[in-house]
Amino acid sequence: MEQYIVGQISEFPERRGKIFKMGELELAMFKLSDGTIKAVENSCPHKQGKLSEGIVCDGHVYCPLHDWKINLTNGVVQEPDEGCVKTFEVTVESNGDVVLHIDASRLMVS
Amino acid sequence: MKKLVMIGNGMAGVSFVEQLLKLNPNRYEITIIGAEPHPNYNRIMLSSVLAGEATMEDIVLNSWEWYKENNIQLHAGQTATAVDTANRTVTTDQGVTVAYDELVFATGSLPFMLPLPGADKEGVIAFRDIKDCETMLDASKRYKKAVVIGGGLLGLEAARGLINLNMEVSVVHIHHYLMERQLDETAAKLLQAELERQGIKFLLSKNSDTIIGGDRVEGLTFKDGTTAEADLLVMAVGIKANVGVAKEAGVEVNRGIVVNDYMETNTPNVYALGECAEHRGMVYGLVAPLYEQGAILAKKLAGVDSEGYKGSVLSTKLKISGVNVFSAGDFSDSPETRALRVQDDLDGVYKKVVFRDGKVQGAVLFGDTADGSKLFSYMRSGEDFTGREKEVLFGASGGKSSGPEDLVKAMSGDEIVCGCNGVTKDTIVESITEKGCVSVQEIKACTKASGSCGGCKPLVEAILLATVGADNVSAVKEGICGCTSHSRDEVVESIQRMRLTTSREVMAVLDWKNPEGCSKCRPALNYYLGMVWPAEHEDEQESRFVNERNHANIQKDGTFSVVPRIYGGVTTPEDLKRIAEVAEKYEVPLVKITGGQRIDLLGVKKEDLPKMWKDLDMPSGYAYGKSLRTVKTCVGNTFCRFGTQDSIKMGIDMEKKFERLNTPHKVKLAVSGCPRNCAESTIKDLGVIAIDGGWELYVAGNGGTKVRAAELLVKVKTEEEVLEWTGAYLQYYREDAHYLERTSEWAQRIGLDTVKKALEKKEDRDALNARIDKTLDLMKDPWQQIIEDDGLRSAFDALTAPVVTEAAAAGEPKA
Repeated sequence: MEQYIVGQISEFPERRGKIFKMGELELAMFKLSDGTIKAVENSCPHKQGKLSEGIVCDGHVYCPLHDWKINLTNGVVQEPDEGCVKTFEVTVESNGDVVLHIDASRLMVS
Repeated sequence: MKKLVMIGNGMAGVSFVEQLLKLNPNRYEITIIGAEPHPNYNRIMLSSVLAGEATMEDIVLNSWEWYKENNIQLHAGQTATAVDTANRTVTTDQGVTVAYDELVFATGSLPFMLPLPGADKEGVIAFRDIKDCETMLDASKRYKKAVVIGGGLLGLEAARGLINLNMEVSVVHIHHYLMERQLDETAAKLLQAELERQGIKFLLSKNSDTIIGGDRVEGLTFKDGTTAEADLLVMAVGIKANVGVAKEAGVEVNRGIVVNDYMETNTPNVYALGECAEHRGMVYGLVAPLYEQGAILAKKLAGVDSEGYKGSVLSTKLKISGVNVFSAGDFSDSPETRALRVQDDLDGVYKKVVFRDGKVQGAVLFGDTADGSKLFSYMRSGEDFTGREKEVLFGASGGKSSGPEDLVKAMSGDEIVCGCNGVTKDTIVESITEKGCVSVQEIKACTKASGSCGGCKPLVEAILLATVGADNVSAVKEGICGCTSHSRDEVVESIQRMRLTTSREVMAVLDWKNPEGCSKCRPALNYYLGMVWPAEHEDEQESRFVNERNHANIQKDGTFSVVPRIYGGVTTPEDLKRIAEVAEKYEVPLVKITGGQRIDLLGVKKEDLPKMWKDLDMPSGYAYGKSLRTVKTCVGNTFCRFGTQDSIKMGIDMEKKFERLNTPHKVKLAVSGCPRNCAESTIKDLGVIAIDGGWELYVAGNGGTKVRAAELLVKVKTEEEVLEWTGAYLQYYREDAHYLERTSEWAQRIGLDTVKKALEKKEDRDALNARIDKTLDLMKDPWQQIIEDDGLRSAFDALTAPVVTEAAAAGEPKA
């Protein structure tokens, strides 16, 4: 498991997406109303819409292209649509650092 | 698969096929042979086409695609000429032969043409199909005088349509009053007076004798020696069942093709339904019984048991030239009957209910037909009203009144609710209980009920209410999204009354089901809040759609497009050079001229957007927003030899005044310098056309998904007045429309007259303009704001991985 400090919590506007890029990897990161940060791959399973641009409601993001609703904690697409996106663990340190945890072996799979 | 062939492609037949497909979609290979070169259309609405209220396309019930999707082989424009019942084949006039296992005659009826001398002259037609309609439309352009023979429903509708086409119309009728089968003399006289007021002349108690003229009709003489001039003569004296082919094939025919209770003829595997069929001595011409027959036959051919068709009790509910008329049963007076009569000349209402032994035997209603369904259900139930007859019209005094729920209860399941589309009460109930419809809109989408003329909407509402129960009435209400049952008006009213200024407050106060809403209500609430409280509400970026949040249009690959403002479509070499330089600098893959007279730079990376805006140094064109998009202009009198006014300046003034305005949906304007209308003002949300000495303002047009011509709102003299009316109109739209409702949908929903009324007084327009000006004063160019604000700009930057990785970088060990 590798860890990256991707920024400060203050850089994340509430219920708005930020894009995180590293090599080929592109994640959509969101600060929810409760202050937690969620990270998912930045591509809707439907037509690869940029989830980072979606509207966030109660821990879900709506894809900006065709309004698919995706749970940001487990990555599951909500009914009536089907599918799943990869999720990534994020922690916020006491000094405000936002730390992304990535399992390198999982990256290889993608 | 068995082969089902139907001769006839009309309302009764195709409705039968639809019901059959619902019951058993895979049982038959279906072929339909139809003489008219059209898909199935709503024949009842032909009068609306003549009246100019609907187009031919509007009245199509089943599109060509419908036939394809359901694998129905359609031979349109072919007439079946022979049926061989021994070998089971049908042959058409174009030599096509189709084999069948089951054959259905749905050949409908033919107009009855009086065998008058001269009936073969040019300009003598019936009123039955689209072709007749086209002939009438065509004739109205070249001729002036029309005579309609027949004072029944069809004749009066034809007459009304011809009046709308600016012809002089006389209706000839053999009886001494109109529509004698549906109306009593009193109601008929009231109707006649109303129609005379609308311009129709009547020649009653007239026996037609000879049609005179050369090749083309010139007039009509009567048996009493009088004459009437006519360039067009429409015969609407009645219809007769179209039974020719069936008769020649040896199928038993009387007045119609004789069928039993299961629509079977005397020939094996041959059926008939609709206007061509005769059941228990009756040939029906109204649409409701035909649908009932179709339902029975569909069950029969799908292998579903039914009790068979028992005949229909008829009621007639009609709208003739804007007058509602209802009749049912036997409403003539006799020594054994007593009648309850109400006549109100002030409101133009007449009601007559005939009782025999205390039971309702028949009724006529004129002007106000709200009691029609109730009276009809009393007739069918045979309820005894002895001693309390007046209750049928006035309700029980003090006792229980007969509400719509009682009426719904009294209806049987197979009773047709929507006559236009043949939808039964059962089908509607099913759509509610099994498909979860909770509003009339959804029921309409699901079943088509109330989708054509809309006359049955109150009844559909009553069924909905009766089905879900009065306790669940709140659930019936359609909220602005799934998070709430509150309507748009309730939400806006709450925002005003309780001075709510954030989405969170609205959701908390109005008890939203999802605490943070959804992608539908969040942008809507943000709009409503900003509309009601322009100064107090802080725009909520997190509730904006991606394009409005980024002030650019997202493309399918996640890149964006940039459209700078080019006022009125007028640019300069300087601006063009700068746009070109920016396009090169950022390696913009596609540069395109838009339909709104400006330039689109497509394929821009999100992080480049703020830098590009800075280099462009032009205001945002709002090509991404629910906002004023463009004001399209033509050259006008600046250069054009036809131009009557300075349309360019007018357009630029409008765009400068109203740019950046948040609106329920996008708004497109145009200004044309003369009636040639080169800026296409008549398909805009608001379009201005210059005329000599003034301007015409057209509103509620649309050139998009559903093309709609704009309608004239007002003619004004000065440019100041154009701005004043435009401001008032746009603000009224902002304050009244639903979020995501275009002006064309909005104006159709509330009616253009309502719009006109709201804007007709100067003081009302001034008040609207004061409010729009207040909002406009607060708006700033978003690109400039983002360029100047580091915080806003950083939202466009992507995060990247730091150079140093591993836990050590964070300064402390991580689990």
